[in-house]
Amino acid sequence: VAMAAPLVLHLLLALLLGSGGRSGAEPERDSLREELVLTPLPSGDVSATFQFRTRWDSELQLEGVSHYRLFPKVLGQLISKYSVQELHLSLTQGFWRTRFWGQPFLQAPAGAELWVWFQDSVVDVDKSWKELSNILSGIFCASLNFIDSTNTVTPTASFKPLGLANGTNHHFLRYAVLPREVVCTENLTPWKKLLPCSSKAGLSVLLKAERLFHTSYHSQAVHIRPVCRDAHCVSVSWELRQTLTVVFDAFTTGQGKKDWSLFRMFSRTITEACPLASQSHIYVDISRNSQENETLEVSPPPTSTYQAVVLGDRRTYAVYDLLNPATFSGSRSLNLQLRWKQFQDIGYIHYQPAQDRLRPHLLEMLIQLPANSVTKVSIQFERALLKWTEYTPDPNHGFYVSPSVLSALVPNLVGAKPANWEESPLFSTMFPVSDSSSYFVRLYTEPLLVNLPTPDFSMPYNVICLTCTVVAVCYGSFYNLLTRTFHLEEPKRSRLVRWLANIIRRIRGVPPV
Amino acid sequence: MRKSGLPWKPGSLQPAPRLARRKTEKIRGKHAALCFATMAVMLGLPLWWKTTETYRAALPYSQIGHLDSMLLRLRVPVSVVFIQGSLPIVDQQKLPFTVVNERDVPLKCKMKLKCRFQLAYRMAGSHEEKAFKKDTIEEAEAALPLPKEDTLGSLNIFVIPEKSSLLPKDKMSYIGPKRTAFVRGTQVRQALTVMGQRILQVAQSMSLTDEVLAAALGDRLPEDKVSLDKRRPLKSSLGYEITFSLLNPDPKSHEVHWDIEGAVENYVQPFLSLLSVVGNFSMDSQILYYAMLGVTPRFDAASSSYTLAAYSLPHVINPVEARLGSRATSLYPVINFLLYVPERAHSPLYIQDKDGARVATNAFHSPRWGGIMVYNVDPSAYNTTKYPVKVDVDMVPVMEVFLSQMRLLFGIPPPQMPENFLLGDPPREGLRSWEVDRLVWARTVENVATVVTTLTSLAELLDKIGNIVIKDNVASEVYRAVDAIQEAVVELSAGNLELAFRYSREAVTSSEKAFFDPSLLHLLYFPDDQKFAIYIPLFLPMAVPIFLSMIKIIVENQKARKDIEKVD
Repeated sequence: VAMAAPLVLHLLLALLLGSGGRSGAEPERDSLREELVLTPLPSGDVSATFQFRTRWDSELQLEGVSHYRLFPKVLGQLISKYSVQELHLSLTQGFWRTRFWGQPFLQAPAGAELWVWFQDSVVDVDKSWKELSNILSGIFCASLNFIDSTNTVTPTASFKPLGLANGTNHHFLRYAVLPREVVCTENLTPWKKLLPCSSKAGLSVLLKAERLFHTSYHSQAVHIRPVCRDAHCVSVSWELRQTLTVVFDAFTTGQGKKDWSLFRMFSRTITEACPLASQSHIYVDISRNSQENETLEVSPPPTSTYQAVVLGDRRTYAVYDLLNPATFSGSRSLNLQLRWKQFQDIGYIHYQPAQDRLRPHLLEMLIQLPANSVTKVSIQFERALLKWTEYTPDPNHGFYVSPSVLSALVPNLVGAKPANWEESPLFSTMFPVSDSSSYFVRLYTEPLLVNLPTPDFSMPYNVICLTCTVVAVCYGSFYNLLTRTFHLEEPKRSRLVRWLANIIRRIRGVPPV
Repeated sequence: MRKSGLPWKPGSLQPAPRLARRKTEKIRGKHAALCFATMAVMLGLPLWWKTTETYRAALPYSQIGHLDSMLLRLRVPVSVVFIQGSLPIVDQQKLPFTVVNERDVPLKCKMKLKCRFQLAYRMAGSHEEKAFKKDTIEEAEAALPLPKEDTLGSLNIFVIPEKSSLLPKDKMSYIGPKRTAFVRGTQVRQALTVMGQRILQVAQSMSLTDEVLAAALGDRLPEDKVSLDKRRPLKSSLGYEITFSLLNPDPKSHEVHWDIEGAVENYVQPFLSLLSVVGNFSMDSQILYYAMLGVTPRFDAASSSYTLAAYSLPHVINPVEARLGSRATSLYPVINFLLYVPERAHSPLYIQDKDGARVATNAFHSPRWGGIMVYNVDPSAYNTTKYPVKVDVDMVPVMEVFLSQMRLLFGIPPPQMPENFLLGDPPREGLRSWEVDRLVWARTVENVATVVTTLTSLAELLDKIGNIVIKDNVASEVYRAVDAIQEAVVELSAGNLELAFRYSREAVTSSEKAFFDPSLLHLLYFPDDQKFAIYIPLFLPMAVPIFLSMIKIIVENQKARKDIEKVD
């Protein structure tokens, strides 16, 4: 936009109709809650999980003019245009080392993962899915446009809607993973732009790309789903959760020390809360592990503490309320160990074989695993040659196979009170669990890198040259045979040759030439 | 090659049959070589041609060529009704009849443009006479029976008696909010000629003014007719997305509320419903926090306020635009209207024009992009200890500004009429019917011109680059565009503006679809060196022997002819 001109307007429009004033003070129709959970990991690393939840009490699907306040316009338009029921997009760099880091609040596979539930009014789900992934690709600057039928599946059991849903007809679900996707700053910037406070105030100040990508794990996600507006659940609200999980490495970021502070992690400190947020909290995990003698000290002392059963364990969090005028400086780390058991008993198997160049394999198993057991699921496969145009530019790098997913309900180690879902902190309410004796876990394995046989790519040209040579040789001799005249010819020899031949002939007793 | 000059071994064969045999052998070789050559030419060449040919569907090149130099005649049907006493009796008896006035518009390109006003004169009927017994001109207009032809682009002009008190003394004509105008009659000799001029002037200013044509044809008009100001309107498109954004850079001090729902419903929707002929409109609004302008305003000590100078305005938009968010779900152009509530540290904020004077509306607009208005918070609101301050935006002045800007962006500038014309107030919705007509005229002519350019350059491109594949669907789009544009031209010269506009839009859609079809690019960049890399290993060894034996045959034939001549 280059030209701009100040303008002396001719106000010829008589618009003095109606009062024009605001029609009373209506209740806020949307709200923002933000929180940051700092969890010192057993390995000495520290994980930071940001969650920004925008709730909008509006029926997005309605046609006509829509007015956006905190909810980002671009996502709202997307939902209403493509009749999306639920949308979950995660972009992850690195792999969550469950063995060293314990359970994450939010799980995501390496690369890009997108799964969408469409509403049952959608006629052509595949077309909507294709268009939606293309638009998301534009919004988040990710190569989601490479999602097509070859890497899209429709899981029947594992991915259920996380929000309100009338039916769970899995025909309206699409799931795709792009394990090769590299996540970088250009994906973070559009994600940050969706936040109401941008990166100007509140927790979002900490989101400095330079630091967030200097970590051993980075996972950012967008989850959109419909939720109940109130306890009666008569009307629907839309919830947008933007989550970001990073793990700062004790050695590269922390120079080998386990002392952490916001400044050391993000090279920023929080100066003010986001004035638009109705809740803005920082939680620091200070639960004591009985096997370790270390204790965690946080300063400044927290305003309050919060105890909850999270991921099957009782945890204590120091709570800082940013809306309460106070300043913060840092937090410390603590060893935390998590141990879990595995079981075995196959209950349900769903296998959808692949079709070449159309869809991948899908194997889903519902299994109950006995305690202290090892379960191995192995699949045999053959390496095949692809068509030569199907090879990527660097085929020797190998081909990725999407990570496998383990969704499990794990019994709690301790009993928990059924908490009010709407009141409790965001990190404990991502996955709705019907009874509080167990918690939901989703694990992702590493993507598998398979080396496929790669042909010699100059082969086509070699083939052309070889066949041409063969044709030319055959054709040439054929042509010569047909067009030339042949007759006998007296061998013409030089005098020296004749003299030599005569000598030989004389020796042999044959008359000379 | 035949080897010769050696003595034949005596005793093996007699010389005469040997020579004859050599000769037949030679002729057989010659025939074989000729056979090869014919096979290569008759079979090989067509086969090669057929298999390597790019598919190019036939296109109406000659019709597209004619489009470039076509004659575009814009016919405006005007019905002129004379009220009793507005003409001398002698002239009244000549009625009814039709006068045609045609005017050439000079263009830079080969296309010709003619504006044709078809004035159908008749006397008023009794219903119409009755309406003119009213006291004021507005009442008279309201009392008029609905004209038979109240279609898009048509005009109704009533000639009232010279002494009529409906018009103020110093005014010669009145232009109403509908497609109706009143002109004062005359009693002089040659009254019809005089009236003809007056009526033509009114009709012109209600339909095809120079501004309308300049907006439509842009750079096709000679330079002296176009000013920068005229290039402001948005390009013709099938639809537009309108976004209202409230920018609140300082949510700590201001809690801004705006009743955009009410404003859109009361002001914008009625306005746009009138423009719905031109395209589809969709609207939405958003509030953006912490969205700053790209320029730090200057403090003006004299008035203790902050100012944005005219020259810095171009730098205001770019940083804001990053936050506005493009519309992801459609391809229509977006028009942005921003209401900026300056942060407390920079308020009040005023926009200065080039001369340093404050802009009364505190707003500016950027052509083809949208408009920005600065809304200052009442300073008395700061007399409080409780922050943020609640700010209720008064939407009436805001919408006045935005709607005026919208008029400018769509190319409906406030009409400029001669001194002695009386202009009726616009209706409630804010747009006069004939203003919409003028916009449709402009859009139709613009569409026709765009399609001509698109089709001509597409034909030229396809003609120039032989590698481009022309698929059947591209060809059918081109045919459809050509048909539609011809229909549009026919309808324009018949005076059916609405149909013409519809056809022209169809033509634009089809021609753009053809021009931007991705299949055109499939083989465009197939480099020649790769072609040769494949052809040479095969064709060179096959072609060289054929060529050599052909040359040899020709040389031998010539030699034989020379020998015969020598013998002669």
